[in-house]
Amino acid sequence: MAGTAVRGRLTWETATVSSVLDETPSVRTVWLEVPGWPGHRAGQHLDIRLTAEDGYQAERSYSIASAPGEPLEITVERLEDGEVSPYLTQELRAGDQIEVRGPIGGYFVWETAMGGPLLLAAGGSGVVPLRAILRYRIMAGSSVPVRLLYSSRGWADVIYSDELSRPSPGVEVVHTLTRSHPDGWTGYTRRVDAAMLAQVAFRAQERALAYVCGPTNFVEAVAAGLVGLGYPAGRVRTERFGASGQ
Amino acid sequence: MLGPLEDRVLDGNAIGGMLMSLFGADMTAATGVCGSCGAVSLVAELAVYQSELGTVVRCRVCDAVLMVFVEVRGITCVDLQGLARLG
Repeated sequence: MAGTAVRGRLTWETATVSSVLDETPSVRTVWLEVPGWPGHRAGQHLDIRLTAEDGYQAERSYSIASAPGEPLEITVERLEDGEVSPYLTQELRAGDQIEVRGPIGGYFVWETAMGGPLLLAAGGSGVVPLRAILRYRIMAGSSVPVRLLYSSRGWADVIYSDELSRPSPGVEVVHTLTRSHPDGWTGYTRRVDAAMLAQVAFRAQERALAYVCGPTNFVEAVAAGLVGLGYPAGRVRTERFGASGQ
Repeated sequence: MLGPLEDRVLDGNAIGGMLMSLFGADMTAATGVCGSCGAVSLVAELAVYQSELGTVVRCRVCDAVLMVFVEVRGITCVDLQGLARLG
């Protein structure tokens, strides 16, 4: 009974899919319309709940891909053994309705008043909330320097590749491709390690704020690497989404 | 294929929605104090293990169980006994 819900309480709402876009063979962006959506902050996520005909329910969290003020957008990577992502990335069509609740999270968010520079590190679909931060930075007119270090398996797996190939002034995007790379690729071809972070990350004296999102083992490696470079643990915000879709 | 358990450990961000529905406010930026070792951590940074049986939240320093959530017929049972403080 949404009408009787206590204001501020998080309740399940019905979202209508307004459109979908395949970003890569296994990743899809979904635009959602949620009546009464209160707006979100860059970096937040939402929960999606699917209910089977027999009443079985499955819930998963997905990062919001759009900036505050833009139409609500999530980008979902298909996990082959997943309960929710195969439906979202293969079955869902414009006009379909699903249950959502959000926005969620007051930790993995960035606002212009928090300053910078910003070191963003993404493993796979961990780039999604960081893309929301990049878009928000532009919309808010912020000029804080940003470096995005983005680890993907291969070039075909890079999400938002067009958008990231034209970064706004003050933003540098550094890719590493861990499994395969195009002929003539001159960038990194290995998992993020301490040596790579030492080359790409702002120096500790620059007092950067770091946001790290990706599979658990990626986040552990990057966060430990940044602390090893002298970043205070409190300046490294992390979000782990478990095993990746490989 | 499920990888090693340590690769599937989530963090408190993953239960932000559940905590917000239970507590009525964002808890990921709240601070939890471990009742066993006294470690102080943001809820977002705690180790979260999820299964069909429920959710277990552990201290990243000493591995003690801090919070357990089990849902039975739409009712969530909450055990916070491992925490010395939350807020």
